[in-house]
Amino acid sequence: MKIALFATCIGDAQFPQAPQATVHLLERLGHEVVFPQSQACCGQMHVNTGYFKEALPIIENHVRTFEPVLDGEWDAIVVPSGSCTGSIRHQQKLVADDAGRTELGKKAQAIAGKTYELSELLVDVLGLEDVGAYFPHRVTYHPTCHSMRVAKVGDKPYRLLQNVEGIDFVPLPEEKSCCGFGGTFAMKNSGTSTAMLADKMTNIASTKAEILCAGDYSCLMHIGGGLSRIRAGIRVMHLAEILAGTKDEPWVSPSTNTTLGV
Amino acid sequence: MCPSCAGHHKAQPVEDTTELGWTPGVPEPEDPLRWGDKFPKGAAENLRNTQLRRNLRYATHKIRDKRNDRVAEMPDWEELRDAASAIKHQTMSNLPELLEEMERNVQARGGIVHWARDAKEANEIIHQILVEKQVDEVVKVKSMVTQEIGMNKYLADRGIKAWETDLAEMIVQLSEDMPSHIVVPAIHRNRAEIRAIFANRMDDAPADLSTDPRTLAMAARAHLRKKFLSAKVAISGSNMMIAESGTLTVFESEGNGRMCLTLPETLISVVGIEKMVPTFKDAEVFAQLLPRSATGERMNPYTTFWTGVTEGDGPQEFHLVLLDNGRSKALADEIGREALHCIRCGACMNVCPVYEHVGGHAYGSVYPGPIGAILTPQLTDSMDRHDPNSALPFASSLCGACYEACPVKIDIPTNLVRLRQRVTDANRGGIPDMWDVAMAATSPVMASGKAFDAAGRAAKLGRIVAGKKQRIGALPYPASMWTGARDIPAPPAQNFRQWWKKHEEEK
Ligand code: SF4
Repeated sequence: MKIALFATCIGDAQFPQAPQATVHLLERLGHEVVFPQSQACCGQMHVNTGYFKEALPIIENHVRTFEPVLDGEWDAIVVPSGSCTGSIRHQQKLVADDAGRTELGKKAQAIAGKTYELSELLVDVLGLEDVGAYFPHRVTYHPTCHSMRVAKVGDKPYRLLQNVEGIDFVPLPEEKSCCGFGGTFAMKNSGTSTAMLADKMTNIASTKAEILCAGDYSCLMHIGGGLSRIRAGIRVMHLAEILAGTKDEPWVSPSTNTTLGV
Repeated sequence: MCPSCAGHHKAQPVEDTTELGWTPGVPEPEDPLRWGDKFPKGAAENLRNTQLRRNLRYATHKIRDKRNDRVAEMPDWEELRDAASAIKHQTMSNLPELLEEMERNVQARGGIVHWARDAKEANEIIHQILVEKQVDEVVKVKSMVTQEIGMNKYLADRGIKAWETDLAEMIVQLSEDMPSHIVVPAIHRNRAEIRAIFANRMDDAPADLSTDPRTLAMAARAHLRKKFLSAKVAISGSNMMIAESGTLTVFESEGNGRMCLTLPETLISVVGIEKMVPTFKDAEVFAQLLPRSATGERMNPYTTFWTGVTEGDGPQEFHLVLLDNGRSKALADEIGREALHCIRCGACMNVCPVYEHVGGHAYGSVYPGPIGAILTPQLTDSMDRHDPNSALPFASSLCGACYEACPVKIDIPTNLVRLRQRVTDANRGGIPDMWDVAMAATSPVMASGKAFDAAGRAAKLGRIVAGKKQRIGALPYPASMWTGARDIPAPPAQNFRQWWKKHEEEK
């Protein structure tokens, strides 16, 4: 399959390991990945903070960039983020319609129909639950609210993880409760956000996992930032990073092992 | 208390209640829909109260689990939610006609109907009736709408005492507090606090008052029984009005409602105009959804239906006060209209992680939690940034648990986002705040691959801030709102598209 990658703004600028691992995994599985250069952001941060007007050009850019999928240039679009997938599916049309841009909204909706969060692409589109990955570590998984309730990826990430060879998977208590990130909520209501994070970290620590896995680097940035602050010794990783490596060819993202000032 | 006194005297009052570890109550405010600080400030105060947080966590998790069990055993839960949502849509589209139908049917059955535009009018109507009846006290069923209009205070200022007969409302009233939940008003109190409140404030508290729930309930029961038997007038709200028959309903757990609705000579029901369903058949849907969503029960212990007056049975005079108080304005608005579908079950509060951590008082309105965050700013028309209620739509991480739980399927997260947009738009043109600046500046960057790439490369500067440990730990305001509790990882040496370029070349 020919798959266009939407790396997401946070994946491109801050956490390239997620889109890098996505590329590596899909290529390993024999698919062609393309990266449309004009992409930037889905607009979610602006929409969720209440800035629809400022979100509109961002959404226009996204639609322009990924429009070729409608002409069959690519078979699908993959997003290593449930949250951005949710925004593409539900917010882009909302904002376009709100601005009276019906055509744009329709197009956004059509593109959304071809857009898949990583685990959805693997399970629903490529028909895979076992991607041949090897990861001999103790891992727990946080489903992230937008993956679970907006993108509705269901149990696909769990099915993928359970098929990873060597993994010691431990369920996370109270997994469905929000970690307190919520985009700009984490700053606008930082006290409440931090209190929610504390509960999440307690639950994570109780699993004795080495690694907390999720499908959204935004939540992982928040939780990972908290874990780092308390020196919990627990690392956060994107689902793609765990699925990317095999026994013969372990995967280490260049972005996780860089040195200062490169 | 002193063990040797047990059984001889009334419970020993504990003088300084604050020493018990419970927060002093929130006094009844002038405006029950708008009190206190902006949400983040109110939240910060409550977050410091660890006892409150423990109480809330315990209670919300308990109701949440019970609710989940009761929902799981329903094979047609989703269909019921769809039906409820459809009934509410239909009701809102025909509300004026349904209200008139209700009025006609109540009058035909001997009831008296009043229309109140706002809180003041409603209070005046109620007061007038009480003056005519020459009473200086009334009994009350738990009613959110009388909280909304601040009725107790209005009447108290005019020498009339309104006794709360719902156990939790009574606790709130005795402690001169405000409710902090729409179904479980005293959710912020634990047993020990309740015992202390009774011992201090209930004039006929028994001597051997313990923290055992049954003992506490029995004390309240004995205390309330006297009120029921002496009251000539009762005041209630209603969970649902049925237009086709002019019937009102109260769904409750303790039987205090049944007492109020049947014993007194006169009954005054104050109801928001949105609490309407067209037919008896529609009520059946809500009778299944409401108790399960509210308290995790298959059916609530007492459900009372009444229609006008019946000679020789129950109150012989019945007044219905139909309250608008911002509702018809909300009805004319897309978001407001959906918010009016709410049946006040409180399920959204019980699952909300924000509510769980900060409690109801932080919202500064009698309607707290997720639904409060959309309903309150609508009812009070609060889009101006200086209005404390303008912060409510932002008091959510948008996790979506409320939407998932709501029995009438109100899309609370989307409506929160849309209200945020309204707040933003209403404040454009003034002095831009930090967010205006940040959002305007990042918009063109995030709308272009080239600009975004350039900004991504510039962000490498952050690596120098991060230092050898590759962890940014303390930054000045406004970034301190993040780094107060969380590190930021240093930006990567190379952004994704730089890597991609190399990757392409290597292929
Ligand atoms: S919004 Fe929904 S869940 Fe919340 S109180 Fe109203 S009906 Fe219940």
